[in-house]
Amino acid sequence: MAVERIQKKDRMKIPRCGMPEQEPLERIRNFNEVPFGLAEAVAVLEASRCLECTKAPCVAGCPVEVDIPGFLTLVVEGDFAGAARKIKETNSLPAICGRVCPQEEQCEAVCILSKKFTPVAIGYLERFVADYERENKLTRLPEMAPSTGLKVAVVGSGPAGLTVAGDLVKLGHKVTIFEALHKPGGVLVYGIPEFRLPKKIVQSECDFLAEMGVDFKNSTVIGKSDTIDELFDMGYDAVFIGTGAGLPNFMGIPGENLIGIYSSNEYLTRSNLMRAFDFPTYDTPIIKGRNVAVLGGGNTAMDSVRTALRLGAENAYIVYRRSEAEMPARAEEIHHAQQEGVQFHMLTNPVRFIGDDSGKVTAMECITMKLGEPDDSGRRRPIPIEGSNFTLDVDLVVVAIGNSSNPLIPQTTPGLETNRWGNIVVNEESMKTSREGVYAGGDIVTGGATVILAAGAGKVAARAMHEFLMTKKEAIAPDD
Amino acid sequence: MPKVIDNIQIGPQNWKMRVYVPKLVAKASPGQFVIVRVNEEGERVPMSIAGLDRENGLLTIIYQVVGKTSALMTTVEADGEILDCVGPLGLATHVDNWGTAILVGGGIGIAPIYPIAQAWKEAGNRVITIIGARSKNILFYEDEHKAAADDLHVCTDDGSYGHHGFVSDVLKKILDSDEKVGMIMAIGPVPMMRVVANLTRPYDVPTWVSLNPLMVDGTGMCGGCRVAVGDTTKFACVDGPDFDGHQVDFDLLTKRLNAYKEQEQDAFHRFLESPSCKLSEAVKNTG
Ligand SMILES: Cc1cc2nc3c(=O)[nH]c(=O)nc-3n(C[C@H](O)[C@H](O)[C@H](O)COP(=O)(O)OP(=O)(O)OC[C@H]3O[C@@H](n4cnc5c(N)ncnc54)[C@H](O)[C@@H]3O)c2cc1C
Ligand code: FES
Repeated sequence: MAVERIQKKDRMKIPRCGMPEQEPLERIRNFNEVPFGLAEAVAVLEASRCLECTKAPCVAGCPVEVDIPGFLTLVVEGDFAGAARKIKETNSLPAICGRVCPQEEQCEAVCILSKKFTPVAIGYLERFVADYERENKLTRLPEMAPSTGLKVAVVGSGPAGLTVAGDLVKLGHKVTIFEALHKPGGVLVYGIPEFRLPKKIVQSECDFLAEMGVDFKNSTVIGKSDTIDELFDMGYDAVFIGTGAGLPNFMGIPGENLIGIYSSNEYLTRSNLMRAFDFPTYDTPIIKGRNVAVLGGGNTAMDSVRTALRLGAENAYIVYRRSEAEMPARAEEIHHAQQEGVQFHMLTNPVRFIGDDSGKVTAMECITMKLGEPDDSGRRRPIPIEGSNFTLDVDLVVVAIGNSSNPLIPQTTPGLETNRWGNIVVNEESMKTSREGVYAGGDIVTGGATVILAAGAGKVAARAMHEFLMTKKEAIAPDD
Repeated sequence: MPKVIDNIQIGPQNWKMRVYVPKLVAKASPGQFVIVRVNEEGERVPMSIAGLDRENGLLTIIYQVVGKTSALMTTVEADGEILDCVGPLGLATHVDNWGTAILVGGGIGIAPIYPIAQAWKEAGNRVITIIGARSKNILFYEDEHKAAADDLHVCTDDGSYGHHGFVSDVLKKILDSDEKVGMIMAIGPVPMMRVVANLTRPYDVPTWVSLNPLMVDGTGMCGGCRVAVGDTTKFACVDGPDFDGHQVDFDLLTKRLNAYKEQEQDAFHRFLESPSCKLSEAVKNTG
């Protein structure tokens, strides 16, 4: 259906749409999703802002090169489910990525409109079409290739693992996902809170994979229950490792083992996966602080501090050793945190924690920092200002300063090469590891990164694994 | 979902559950643990391995009713199911031939030292086992330990059975005797493990303890299980649960174990008083 489109010069006059969302004072009392999503008419108008420029820098700005102008055109034409399918050609998780991708650094950053005006709200539209497709039950099973009789094991069910599973099952392979926790989804279920990514969306992605024939084996820790080698012994023809970056870093300063000091992984897992926010209906308890300090400036820190507010904190602080400009969190999350009343202590670093006789944290001594020369990461290095120490009263501290890689699989897989940070070494074109038939991708390869990069790595790995599997099949039964 | 073969009361507060998890049992070694979830709202609770019947694929866990989750576990009937049982987790207990080796089990810790005794015996050790409880009616596994050990000493705090006194009294006697002891391992309540570690320090006998901090995932992801050992912080679920008792900060462990005491007691009492609570009187009385 060809729709007559607005003149290009008029398109520039349309202001970028806003996102309707819960009021800050109301939303800090619940765990419901903050943005409501776009209305149909708003989505169509927003998509019509696209100038259809020939270079389409947005496509190159997307780590998985989604055909953005293509899907925007379908939105303008009112074919929302078609638009969702267009995205899914390269990104299997649009409902999730529309919510959690740092669009302002990717596609929207390079949108030609952003030079003089504001970029097309690509993220909002991605979310809109994916929600439309799901809510209207328009999700169609893709065409499935005939069974190849080959078996693939996917270790870890984060965005990397889910993407590999989806792509390989479509190509006719028998795929089993092994997940250590009792629910699949990785960080999407245990880390990112409900108010930012409703768990039913992750669940529906997993249900969809199950419908396509992917077998989920939850509560199975590879390296403990079976090693990678044993998976091959069990008849798997190829293995993908997508186990994420799940080993929390701590500050390594005095008093860090006091009660009331959590890693963000523990804090968020208690609240999200174990639903401690609903204690005692759910049995897992969580410490609800009144004065809560969250250390760090990434998405994990924002998720933790906003969770603390929702659990009743009177003062919720972000304590970050650099300045706001260096904070790695998505702009929208920082903005939401500010609206909700989070207090930002920038250029501040804790030096020790102070506790009472029962071992509970009561205060945190901090030092003020200033920015020096750029370091390896290209960001200006924070330097402590001597004598600037001060204490902050806190009864809960969440350490959100990143993760290292979990050694369980490398330790139990002879010949699997890792780098000095413990990340699995791969060939970036194929995600192939040093072990024949073993591929890896996502945070276990890159260190803590993003959902879309993990999903993108999954795409690349799936393609290479398919090739590997088909060659293997040829070798086994050439006449088949 | 893992099938429960039987689930029986073996003491005023203690229950014994056998779960059919053949794959896990085939892989598990003494000293490791599993994490169990009973129902959708339930916690993930770590449980020591208290027996491995490899022939029949059965895992034994022995648990004490101390709160809502463990109380709920008592309601699972024979031939029933639990939601999940993940494992084996953690590192296995060290097995070697040290000549003579002593195992000390207190309270619920009497359970996990049983499979360790079997493994140490098989490795050629002369195994001396000391088990203790407050009173006779709390003791269990006496026959099992008798069969596994070369020498079994049973103690009760109140003198209602066996040696009147603490496991540490018996241990001290052995250390003061001619017996040349190459290894000691103690599992039980934190105060008991601390006493044993303090006692053996001057004798210079390696003394290992199995720590039971609060856990969530059990895979090294959350750090909730951190314990201080010497100058370093360890994650008990992946670096342990066994550690050198002479290095462990028991004080910290005790405090961290109490982190949620009020919330947990509150939840337990609410649960006991709720009209839907179907716990047997036997369990309610423990609350
Ligand atoms: C709180 C938080 C907020 C974030 N917010 C954003 C955001 O807004 N936008 C964004 O793009 N990125 C965000 N990220 C980063 C993003 O979530 C990760 O980069 C991404 O999830 C990595 O995907 P993955 O598939 O590599 O692994 P993960 O999502 O980490 O999943 C790995 C899975 O493997 C399982 N596993 C580990 N070891 C084993 C084993 N031995 N056997 C079986 N299973 C195993 C784990 O239990 C886990 O479920 C956030 C991260 C966190 C923690
Ligand atoms: S229980 Fe989470 S790291 Fe040990």
